[in-house]
Formats: sequence, structure tokens, C-alpha cells
Amino acid sequence: MTAATHGTTSTSTMKLTLRIWRQHSPEDGGSMVTYQIEGVSPDMSFLEMLDVLNEDLILRGEEPVAFDHDCREGICGACGMVINGRAHGPERTTTCQLHMRQFSDGDTIDIEPWRAAAFPVVKDLVVDRSALDRVIQAGGYITAPTGSAPEAHATAVPKEAADFAFEHAECIGCGACVAACPNGSAMLFTSAKVNHLNVLPQGAPEREGRVLDMVAAMDEEGFGGCTNSGECTIACPKGIPLQSIADMNREFFRAATKRRR
Amino acid sequence: MAGTGVLMLLFLVAHMLGNLKVFFGPEEFNSYAGWLRTIGEPVLHASWFLWLQRFGLIACVVLHGVAAYQLSRRDLAARPTRYQHRPPARASYATRTMRWGGVILALFIVWHILDLTTLTVNPLGKPHHPYENVVADFQVWYVNVIYIVAMLALGFHIRHGFWSAAQTLGANSRDRDRLLKVTANVLAVALTAGFIAVPVAVMIGVVS
Repeated sequence: MTAATHGTTSTSTMKLTLRIWRQHSPEDGGSMVTYQIEGVSPDMSFLEMLDVLNEDLILRGEEPVAFDHDCREGICGACGMVINGRAHGPERTTTCQLHMRQFSDGDTIDIEPWRAAAFPVVKDLVVDRSALDRVIQAGGYITAPTGSAPEAHATAVPKEAADFAFEHAECIGCGACVAACPNGSAMLFTSAKVNHLNVLPQGAPEREGRVLDMVAAMDEEGFGGCTNSGECTIACPKGIPLQSIADMNREFFRAATKRRR
Repeated sequence: MAGTGVLMLLFLVAHMLGNLKVFFGPEEFNSYAGWLRTIGEPVLHASWFLWLQRFGLIACVVLHGVAAYQLSRRDLAARPTRYQHRPPARASYATRTMRWGGVILALFIVWHILDLTTLTVNPLGKPHHPYENVVADFQVWYVNVIYIVAMLALGFHIRHGFWSAAQTLGANSRDRDRLLKVTANVLAVALTAGFIAVPVAVMIGVVS
């Protein structure tokens, strides 16, 4: 793309109608509130557009819209909201990497928090995702002695295993899979974390306990069950494949039968 | 769900192939139906295998239904607040209709047993004459509608169910996904076409 054509996209600005879920506290009922916003550049990220709205709200003496965000580079997993019914909006990316050029002048955009029993709303678009942390705490780690870094060549990792582990390690734990799933299920998240470590030699000593404990923790948090609708994998900004769930189920059966012996 | 589903699917393949014997005339069809009662002899007493199969299948249907109910309850509880903006689902028609399709199939199974096993609602209802009962059945328009609608529902149920069972049982993987989806579609089309062939054949007079 040349500089000239790139420049033309930022000259026109958009006027949008936003319908945003406002909820003062976890106990509050909450409702959709309509806002008008002008001067939105197509080059803005979705979060920058919300920053503009919040500046405006602060100047008017109103409470700004609360939303989670951190790196704004699509790698931390902090941001996330349901935009027009899609987790992270119309494009396969994180909300911070979604740009306003995906929308048109005059559009009405509905913005809601992740909806799941396991993700209670804290305020507005901020939900409590610590249920995912507790799933990780149940086994999403490797117990290793601390100290100086081990010699890199000490443990050989087959290329296929390394690729498989890396693909699943891409999961940033944003929770879009849970938000998009019609059943509020966290199977894709849990499978990414289980597969990532279970395929590696470093994860082998805790392989069976990891999958059994993480699945048990996932169930305890009140996430729904999987009906293989596939909405999770379409929403996932990192493209964790749906077959990961089958891979985790295979690990689960293997561990369950091995423990009984 | 996956285990009982696969068992019922195996039965359906045998059932559909057996049904096609109707095209070879009343003698062959009726003697095949009689032979079904002799499976397992002389180790088992007459019809014992049939009864074991019936109890097994009823257990499968009940467990499948109970599992579906439990899963649905859990899934609905996990999303207590629905989204205000609900765009169309991106899952296939088969995936979205698993619950109601399953209810239709459960009702159909009740009808089917009353029709061709106990002969309670069969228009002819002549014991030990399955061929004649089948032919009498499919001369009634609404019986045709019931069977054809149920078999279309069955096709959709298998299309999602077979592949989904492979996911649940951990039999799927990146390499096998395409093969499993093709197999699910082939099974769905073959079973639906095979079962619907009988009422259609009676309707157009090929079987009479």
C-alpha cells in the first residue's frame, strides 16, 4: 500500500451510535445505554474509539465506560467485549486490534460484556475471569526446580511436538471462546492449556494429573459442556483449532484409564 | 451421548440394510423377519437375542436422552444472561437442531414401535406378516409424512452426531477431521435414503 492511498482512509470520519451495557456494580441490574459519537477515524482501534467516548463522558461529568485493556497489541488477553453479538467483533482478532474501518458511517454498534455464569460482571464491560486462572492453578504449569536456566539442548523436543505445543501456547486466555460458546463452555481454553504442556517432555511427569485436575476445576467453575457447535474456534483470536478439544478428550480417557490401573 | 449414539447408529445400519429386503418380495422379507427371531440359537432360546437387543436399545435411548437433558441443563445454566444482540449462529443446521431433532426422533421411536412392533396403530396389524403390514402402512398419506420427516431428522442428527461423537471420544484429530465429516455425511445420506426408499417404493407401486 502506498502512502497516498493509506492517507485517504484517514481523511473521512464516522458518526456512530453505540449501545453499551452499563452496570454500576455486580449487584446492579444493568441495561443498554445509547451514546452518539462523532469524529471517529477509520484508523482508530476499537478501544481508541471507546477512549474518545470516555473523554467526552468525563467532560460532561458522566461516569466513563469501564472496560479491560492492557497491551493493546493483541498479545495479553486482557481486552474483550462482545461487539454486535460476536466476541471481539466482526474480525478474527482481539478487540484492541479491531479497527474502526470494519464499520461504516452511521452504524449502530452493540457492545456487551462476556456473558457466562463463570464470568460475573464487575462493572460495565469488565468481567471477572479469575475462573480461568483457577483452571490454570489446577495443573496448567510444570513443577520444576528453580535456579539457573537449564541447558537448552538437555531435553530434546521433536519438531512435531514443538509445533503442536506452540500452536496451543498461543492461547492468551482472553475468554472469547467462553463468550462465543452457546453453552458458556471453556473446553477450548482448557484444551489449549492441557495440550500445550502434555505434548512436551517437560510436561510428561504430570501429564495424567494435569488433564484430570484441570477438567475437574473447569467443571467446578460452572462452565457449560461442549456440544461441538464450533463457535469458540471461530471467535478465537489465536485460531486454536476445534480438534484441540478432541485431543484433550483423548488425553482425558488415557489418564482416566491409566489411573485406575 | 457419544457411546450410546454410536451403538444406536450401528443398529440403524443393520436395520436399514434389513429393510431393503422388502424389494425382494413378501416371501424373502417375511422369512428374514422370522430369521431375526432365531439369532443366537441354539445357545439362546428363540427370540432371546431379539429381546436382549430390544432391552439394550431401550437402555441406549433412555441413557442418550438423560445425558442430553443433563448436558442441556448444565449448558443453559452456564449462560444465565443472554446477549441482547444475537446474530445468526454460524454452526450448521444439523448442529443447531440436535435438541429438537432428538425430541422428534424420540417421539418417532414410540410411534414406530406402536406401528410395526406391537401393531397397535398399524392399519392392517396382522401378526407375523411384516411385509403386508409395511405395505398397508405406507398407503396412508400421514404415515408417509411421519416416516419421511423423521428420517430427514435422523439424517441431520447423524450428520452432526457422528462427527461430534468422534470429538467427544477423542477419535478426531487435525488429520482425521475431513474424513470423519465425510463419513458422517455419507452415513446420514445413506441411512436417510435407505429408510425413505421403502415408503417411496410403496407410494409409487414398486412394492405392493
